[in-house]
Amino acid sequence: MSPPAHVRVGQPVHAPAGTAKVVLALLRKELLVELRTLESVPGMALFAVTTFVVFHFALNQNTVSGQEAAGILWVTLLFAAMLGVNRLFVADADQGGFDAFLLAPVDRSALLIAKALSLLTYLFVLELVAVPAFALLLLGPPLSQALPSLLAPLALGDLGVAAIGTLIAAMTVRTRARDLLGPMLTLPLLVPVVIGCARATAPLLQAGRAGSGTLPLRWLGTLALYDLVFGLIAYAVFDFLLED
Amino acid sequence: MTELAAQAAPGTLAEDRPIAVALDGLTRNYGERAALEDVSLALPAGATLVAFGPNGAGKTTLLRVLATLLRPHAGAVTVFETPLPQEAWRVRGRIGLLGHEPLLYRELTPRENLRYHARLHGVGEARVEEQLDAVSMTSRADEPVKTLSRGMVQRVAVARATLHDPELLLLDEPYANLDPAAIDLVEPLIGVGGDRSRPRTRVLTSHDPGRGLAEADVVLGLRGGRVSLLADAASVDPEEIAGLYR
Repeated sequence: MSPPAHVRVGQPVHAPAGTAKVVLALLRKELLVELRTLESVPGMALFAVTTFVVFHFALNQNTVSGQEAAGILWVTLLFAAMLGVNRLFVADADQGGFDAFLLAPVDRSALLIAKALSLLTYLFVLELVAVPAFALLLLGPPLSQALPSLLAPLALGDLGVAAIGTLIAAMTVRTRARDLLGPMLTLPLLVPVVIGCARATAPLLQAGRAGSGTLPLRWLGTLALYDLVFGLIAYAVFDFLLED
Repeated sequence: MTELAAQAAPGTLAEDRPIAVALDGLTRNYGERAALEDVSLALPAGATLVAFGPNGAGKTTLLRVLATLLRPHAGAVTVFETPLPQEAWRVRGRIGLLGHEPLLYRELTPRENLRYHARLHGVGEARVEEQLDAVSMTSRADEPVKTLSRGMVQRVAVARATLHDPELLLLDEPYANLDPAAIDLVEPLIGVGGDRSRPRTRVLTSHDPGRGLAEADVVLGLRGGRVSLLADAASVDPEEIAGLYR
C-alpha cells in the first residue's frame, strides 16, 4: 500500500494532488479517450443486441420469462462486459500511460478506483441499450413493472464485474496472451456474480407476476458480500500489480 | 559513501554539495540476463551525468531504476538521500523522465495531455500554457497527438517531463527526432536550470560523444550492463567513448 502522497521530503514545487482529485483526473481522461476512440462501449452494446437477436431465433420461441430470461440476460451482459474489461488498460499499456501514472506522486489505488468507475460507466451505458433491447426482443412480461426492482441486482452485478474485471485486467494487460488470459481468469470469478444476479432477477421476470415478484434478499446479500470481498482484495493487491 | 563518491567522480565533487544520486552495486536482471550488474557511482546535486554505451548496455534500465519504475534486484539506490524502492513515494514528485516513449495519449491533444499530467502532479493550468508556449506548440495544442510529427511529439514530451519543474531530470536521448531549431527550444527546459538555490541534477544517455561530453560533468560508460568507464568529463578523451562501441 502506498504511503500518503502528501508526505514529501524537500521543498515542494507545487501542492500534491489529493486522491479524490487524482481519481477525477484519471476518470476524466478515461472517458475522454473512450469518447474519442469509441473502442469499448459501442462494441459491448452491439454484441449484447446481436446476442439477443441470435437467442431470439435459436430458442425458437417468441418470449422467455423467469429463470430462463434471467439467465439469458445475465450471460449476455457478462460476455458483453468482457469486451470492456479486455480493453480497460490497453491504451495505458500501449501508450505509456502506466509509466506516466507511476511517475506521479499519487496514491496508486487511485488508478484502481478510476478504472473501476470507468468500467461501471461503460456497463451503465451498456445496460441502457441492452436491457430495453432484451425486453423488446425476448422478454415476455413487461419490463416497466420489473424495472425499479431490477436496479438493485443490476447495480450489484455491475459492482462485481467492475471490481473483478479491473483487478484481472491489471494482472493480464502486460502479458502476451492478455486477450485469452483475461477472460479465462475473469469468467470463473464472475460465475458467482452471474448466479446471484440471475437468481435475484428471475422472480421479477416471471410471467404473470412481473413486477410483483419480491427481490430475494438472500441473493442480494450474497452478491453484496462477494463484491465487497473482491473489492477489498483488489484494493490490497493493486499496488503490487503495477510494480516491475 | 564518501569513499565511493571520491572514487566515482574525482575532481568534480564540491564538498558542500549533497549527493543527489548514489548507486552501490546496483543490479537489475531481465530473466537470466543482467541488464545492469554491480553499478556504483555517486552524483552530486546539480551535476550532469552522461551515460554512453552500445544498444543493450543498460542505459535505459539505469534511467528507469532512478525513475522508480524498476526495482533493483541487488544493491542500493538512493535519490536525494532517499532509499529506493522502499521510500520511492517520497521523491517521485521531484523526478522527471523523458524516455523513448513520449507518455502521451495519441487520441488526446497536447493541451489535454499536459492538463492530465498537471492534475497528477498537482500543478496549475497556467503552467500548462507556459510549457506549451516554451516549446512553441500553442498553435497546435488542440490537435490530437496522433496527427503531430515525431519532432512535435518530442517537444510536447519535453514539456510533459518538465511540467512539474523536477530537481532530477532523467533524459533518454533527449534530442532524438529534433531539428536544430527545436533543440534550441527545448534546451532551456532540459538544461541545468537557472535557480542555483535548487540546482537541477541530470542523468542523460547519449550516442553523440561530442554533445554528450560538452554537457557532462561525469561520464559513465556501460557495456553489457557493467561499468567500463566512470570519470570526470574533463579527463575523458572522445576516443575512450568511441571505444565503448567497438
